[in-house]
Amino acid sequence: MSTHAEIETTRRHPLLAFLARWLLTTNHKEIGTLYLWLSFTLFFIAGALAMLIRLELFQPGIQFTEPNFYNQLVTLHGLVMVFGAVMPAFVGLANWMIPLMIGAPDMALPRLNNFSFWILPFAFALLLSSPFIEGGAPNFGWTFYAPLSTTYGPPSTDFFIFGVHLMGISSVLGSINIIVTVFNLRAPGMTLMKMPLFVWTWLITAFLLIMVMPVLAGLVTMMLTDRHFGTSFFSASGGGDPVLFQHIFWFFGHPEVYIMILPSFGIASEIIPTFARKKLFGYHSMVYATASIAFLSFIVWGHHMFTTGMPLFGELFFMYATMLIAVPTGVKVFNWVATMWRGSITLETPMLFAVGFVVLFSIGGFSGLMLALVPADFQYHDTFFVVAHFHYVLYPGAIFGTMAAVYYWLPKWTGHMYDERLGKLHFWSALIAVNLTFFPMHFSGLAGMPRRIVDYSLQFADFNMVSSIGAGMLGLTQVLFLYIVIKTIRGGEKASDQVWEGAEGLEWTVPSPAPLHTFETPPLFQQRDQADNEGGVPI
Amino acid sequence: MTAISSYLSAGLKNAGVFSALWLCAHSAFALEWDMREGVTDMSQRIQTLHQLSLGICIVLSIIVFGTIFYTLFAHHRSRRSKAADFHENTLVELIWTVIPILILVGMAIPATSTLIDIEDNSDADLTVLITASQWKWHYHYVEADFGFYSNLSTPQAQIDNLEPKDENYLLEVDKPLVLPTHKKVRFLTTSKDVIHSWWVPDFAVKQDAIPGYINEAWTRVGQSGVYRGQCTELCGKGHAFMPVVVEVKPEAEFDSWIEQQRLAIALASETAVADRNKTWSMAELLPRGEEVFLEHCATCHQPGGLGQAGRYPALAGSPITTGAIEKHIDRVMNGKADTEMQAWAPQLSDLDLAAVMTYERNAWGNNTADLIQPLTVYLTR
Ligand code: HEC
Ligand code: HEM
Ligand SMILES: [Cu+2]
Repeated sequence: MSTHAEIETTRRHPLLAFLARWLLTTNHKEIGTLYLWLSFTLFFIAGALAMLIRLELFQPGIQFTEPNFYNQLVTLHGLVMVFGAVMPAFVGLANWMIPLMIGAPDMALPRLNNFSFWILPFAFALLLSSPFIEGGAPNFGWTFYAPLSTTYGPPSTDFFIFGVHLMGISSVLGSINIIVTVFNLRAPGMTLMKMPLFVWTWLITAFLLIMVMPVLAGLVTMMLTDRHFGTSFFSASGGGDPVLFQHIFWFFGHPEVYIMILPSFGIASEIIPTFARKKLFGYHSMVYATASIAFLSFIVWGHHMFTTGMPLFGELFFMYATMLIAVPTGVKVFNWVATMWRGSITLETPMLFAVGFVVLFSIGGFSGLMLALVPADFQYHDTFFVVAHFHYVLYPGAIFGTMAAVYYWLPKWTGHMYDERLGKLHFWSALIAVNLTFFPMHFSGLAGMPRRIVDYSLQFADFNMVSSIGAGMLGLTQVLFLYIVIKTIRGGEKASDQVWEGAEGLEWTVPSPAPLHTFETPPLFQQRDQADNEGGVPI
Repeated sequence: MTAISSYLSAGLKNAGVFSALWLCAHSAFALEWDMREGVTDMSQRIQTLHQLSLGICIVLSIIVFGTIFYTLFAHHRSRRSKAADFHENTLVELIWTVIPILILVGMAIPATSTLIDIEDNSDADLTVLITASQWKWHYHYVEADFGFYSNLSTPQAQIDNLEPKDENYLLEVDKPLVLPTHKKVRFLTTSKDVIHSWWVPDFAVKQDAIPGYINEAWTRVGQSGVYRGQCTELCGKGHAFMPVVVEVKPEAEFDSWIEQQRLAIALASETAVADRNKTWSMAELLPRGEEVFLEHCATCHQPGGLGQAGRYPALAGSPITTGAIEKHIDRVMNGKADTEMQAWAPQLSDLDLAAVMTYERNAWGNNTADLIQPLTVYLTR
């Protein structure tokens, strides 16, 4: 395909050739790799910020930061984790795996794919340069409520606004690409209701993204005009409305949190059947549950705003709608359990992470249910109980999900098996550290510790110290993960094409490592007995 | 073998978490870890709701996680070499959709009824307007029409770890909000700059203070005491340093506190200062003195200063109003114990006191020609 370009580039200086290869690549696997490395890098940066946060909170009193700097740490940590670590990781996985899973030669719009990746380093360069600007980095939390971020925002807010615009463009383009690919490039015979669940969850995620990223873009644009062009959308003294900001933000923000979890649902639905050696219990109900979660995610945004003076009717509506989400989420969890039930289970690292995901994510789901109860939320809101809640859904949810996916597909990507002993060590230490870090936050929150505070009163000291120790451990376990990944890339036991005994799906029919170009002719689906004789793919 | 040890450790961990929870719940040591019961009807109902939902979640997690750990153990490869082959069962799927719905309804009912009662802001006995600004609270008693700022009082040296931290580190203020017991108090919250949020966990009141908005909440506290909370909406660099402290007093104490406050504020006001720095003439003081007398004193001592025989002494020609000035000042400012003549110092300004006494000494034929200046009154206080 791109042989012409390849020959061209190899004649040049090796460094130039290297740059040209990665800058100009339109290959879904290479772009997937780029996304994954970018996400990994940003995960470490945002993680380092979290380490600073936890160091500051180790004891009461101000240790080494300064209150405004602390707010900057929290803001950048949240923003970079959400937009830099989680979202690009999922897009990377989608790039690598969706064409392989639906038997497509590449993404439908390869140049667009290149563009949507290469926007991101610039977006994050903008965001991460903000601490060095006079006035410091954004300091208003990842939710950037007006008027703290408009009238009172530091000059770097404009960098943030432009950065968010770039990320939004990248996400929308990426999502369009995924939708077009799934609708148009499925191999003949791969009907929608035969698609692997990872593809399904991503398809739905992509729709969520193209619906809400423009809302976010609109919001930051309104901020920009409020800051510089004399409008007062969010300024009460100019006739605007600060609460309007929150409605728009959470209309984006709530679907956004599902954007960060649905692909993980898909990953768990791939991995659990493989290692239980048993078909997914309810494929159809899983698809419908995902779709209903996505739909409901648009009508629950108000549950972030119960204390803003919402009228009773609004509070009741958003409470009931939020509680309703527990039903399809329960369906998913029960399905995973039923899939394992009476299977023939082995616990390789991807399975450990997937089971860890199911259990710990459920804890986050339970606390979410508690948060939905408006009267109780009056006590929980904006305390560390909420911080505990969303880290239980994000860390074990988005991050464990991604790690499970990496261990699961790394042999396919690199052609090498990772070190199983180290993988297990990684899982168990991460499991302990995650709980040590985030479980005590439930208690400090219930005892009354507000979130986003640089210093706290003495009764919260014990739990914070435990959290900080856990966070240090958690940081170390991620270094171990980096080591395992690099070790696997550089060598290791040769992986078979099938890799996992119980794995089913097109990605396992291509060689390990997957060659740069796959499915240049679509795979042939056949009934199982016919496939066994004629070498087609059983369906 | 390793697999088995990993189940064991998983099982142990699970057991560990729950026994730790249980231990915490029943331990005697004072580590705060659960939502506070608080001191209002609403905070107690909310805490019950919290415990109900927490209990449901713990039971559900024992069932779900228990099943997961059981299946990891019992359906492991080493025990079952061949997986069963079953999937899609409408009845099972219906059951696990309907049961959660029923549980949710069970939680929604008490939540709804509590919420409806919380949102009933009607019939308040007392209203406090809470205005937030970076990084302090201002409390205004609407009926009594006075207010004050409440600032963090923890010394910077404690924050910077230069001095030992005291018990209420970061939860102490120079002037707390004072409320009466058993009264329905309505809070109106607003802000002058960014969004803040006023929270007292023991009342279960958390209400955002938003510029351009006036939000409502209320409480009725049964028990006197000091209750502490914090700002819970990120509001800039001082967000960690704007605590809320509320002192709840029995009604009588509260009323006298209100009186004291109003006066203290009047005394501190700029006009009060200007008044007492000025030297007043007889012509200025007499009309004002007459006004004050008619408003406050005439009900008893009568407009003509003749009093009521046997009950209220005549002031015309009385030994006090015509005798030593110090005695006169003392009687009016401090009153006379156990009689209807109350102390007026806590109720009137320096100027009014000076004026009314000057009036008394020069009206109704009391032609002493004595002039009492506000500064004299101020110095007597
Ligand atoms: C509720 C009724 C009441 C009011 C109102 C009242 N007084 Fe009196 N006042 C009394 C009584 C009773 C006495 C006598 C106390 C005693 O000596 O037993 C008294 C005594 C006095 C005396 C001392 C007279 C004497 O010869 O013993 C002065 C002076 C006086 N009042 C001034 C005032 C002034 C000035 C005001 C208004 C600011 C005022 N009073 C308002 C009831 C009242
Ligand atoms: C090393 C692991 C992590 C630690 C120790 C950690 C710690 C923390 C802490 C202590 C806070 C609250 C700070 C405060 O409110 O004062 C916080 C906020 C936050 N974290 Fe993390 N975190 C970790 C990983 C993650 C991950 C993986 C994600 C997302 C995928 C994430 C997303 C967020 C978000 C969105 C916020 C809210 C920021 C805000 O309040 O604006 N964190 N983190
Ligand atoms: Cu505040």
